Amino acid sequence: MLKDITIGQYFPGDTLIHKLDPRVKILTSILFIVALFFVKDFYPYIFIFLFIVAVVKTAKLPVKFILKGLKPLMFIIIITFVINLLFTKGEVLFSLGPISITKEGISQSVFMALRLILLIVGTSLLTLTTSPIALTDGIESLLSPFRKIGLPSHELAMMMTIALRFIPTLLEETDKIMKAQMARGADFESGNILNRAKSLVPLLVPLFINAFRRADELATAMEARCYRGGEGRTRLNELKFDRKDTTVLLSMVLFFGFIMSTRYW
Amino acid sequence: MIIEIENLNFIYNPGTPFEKKALDDISISIEEGDFVGLIGHTGSGKSTLVQHLNGLIKPTSGKIIIDGVDITNPETKMREIRKKVGLVFQYPEHQLFEETIYKDIAFGPKNLGLTEEEVEARVKEAMELVGLDYETLKDRSPFEISGGQKRRVAIAGVVAMKPKVLILDEPTAGLDPKGRDAILDEIKKLYERENITIILVSHSMEDIARLANTILVMHKGKVIMHDKTREIFKSADLLEDIGLDIPQVTKFMKEFKNRGHDVREDCLTIEEAKEELIKYLRGTKNA
Repeated sequence: MLKDITIGQYFPGDTLIHKLDPRVKILTSILFIVALFFVKDFYPYIFIFLFIVAVVKTAKLPVKFILKGLKPLMFIIIITFVINLLFTKGEVLFSLGPISITKEGISQSVFMALRLILLIVGTSLLTLTTSPIALTDGIESLLSPFRKIGLPSHELAMMMTIALRFIPTLLEETDKIMKAQMARGADFESGNILNRAKSLVPLLVPLFINAFRRADELATAMEARCYRGGEGRTRLNELKFDRKDTTVLLSMVLFFGFIMSTRYW
Repeated sequence: MIIEIENLNFIYNPGTPFEKKALDDISISIEEGDFVGLIGHTGSGKSTLVQHLNGLIKPTSGKIIIDGVDITNPETKMREIRKKVGLVFQYPEHQLFEETIYKDIAFGPKNLGLTEEEVEARVKEAMELVGLDYETLKDRSPFEISGGQKRRVAIAGVVAMKPKVLILDEPTAGLDPKGRDAILDEIKKLYERENITIILVSHSMEDIARLANTILVMHKGKVIMHDKTREIFKSADLLEDIGLDIPQVTKFMKEFKNRGHDVREDCLTIEEAKEELIKYLRGTKNA
């Protein structure tokens, strides 16, 4: 159940996409998100879809892995779909009591659902092809110009690294505690919502206690190795921007610029 | 036969780059009342195997029959399996969650659907079995007692479900020698009093030698040996090849014999070795 979430799960590989500078991939993702919200017709989705397919093929990601990442968010997608379907005004196609389905409603709800799906899949490509460490290095480097206005870019990146680093650990721990409680007869899957929420107590209490204990131990371990923030800190792997990165970034700017421009045609 | 496993296979994350064959065609049977020591290198599949035994992991293929019930059959009720097989995980104190020790131990029995009186009787009995004083401890928080006591509470939580098979995954990991001995003594007491089947996973050959009467040796997802304790520790070379060892005292007796003294080399505990050495020394003196 919990293992289905692909966000923050790196799929190792040795392809062009994997080797790109993380900053290129982060900027591309930002462009992707912005461009996606510029789209107001159906047809630019085709280009975006082809873009995703191209990336998935190049990075040799299994399609099943990506679809699995959509599953936990299916609920949000369905709610968006239903709300748009029911509450969009326009030409009524048919109605059932107080509920009426409009032509605009259908097209709007499909449009919104597609946008969400593309958004989730597109952004998960970043975390699937970039290791968490490379990702935070990239974020730190991109944020560093803002240090002048007091943004603690190193600390933010460190917090993100730690958070990402502990996602699998916490998932594993959740799995372990869940199993331990199931071995004592706990049931996490049946019953009504109230009972199910109650049945989470034996899971959440130990999980929180362990998370705090872990955080405390980690802080001690970091201080024992003289960690005192970003100032004067050097790194093992410096990020390097080479020709292929420039080429890719420029083509991405052009591609998404084109997508954005479709709004004004 | 209380446990029968036939051609059990298990693969982690099939179809991804993380795919890993954890169990490879395992077929074993365990007799009722056995005290089984399960040993193997880290990553040899011990934990995966024991989790199969109470249905926490579903096998990729193969059959597991416990006390006549096929637990791999999807129609078997989980509650029935959990009643039969109790599993104490590594560092079980990390799963404590209730406000009081009583409530925490009662969690398992309550889930079995027992009445209030039965639950109370079981909690009392389980606490006594693991060496915790019921009256003074039942209303205390499980978070304010010592590590060794926490572990006892967690073990009591499983013991209170009265399983026919009790599996303990490294119950002494991270405890000081005193705490370790105390827990092992209680396990021994439990085994003798309740007449149950116990599977003990451990890295300590001394602990295994002291308690278990049969041993399962796992290596790379396979069971490579399954025999009486004494027989297993005779194959020191094979065990060393796969990164395991024999008890120190067995090693000593072996070496002593190699140096030309006529002693038995299959002594498993210090007491046994002591007897043997006294006998040997008396023998040489009289001769």
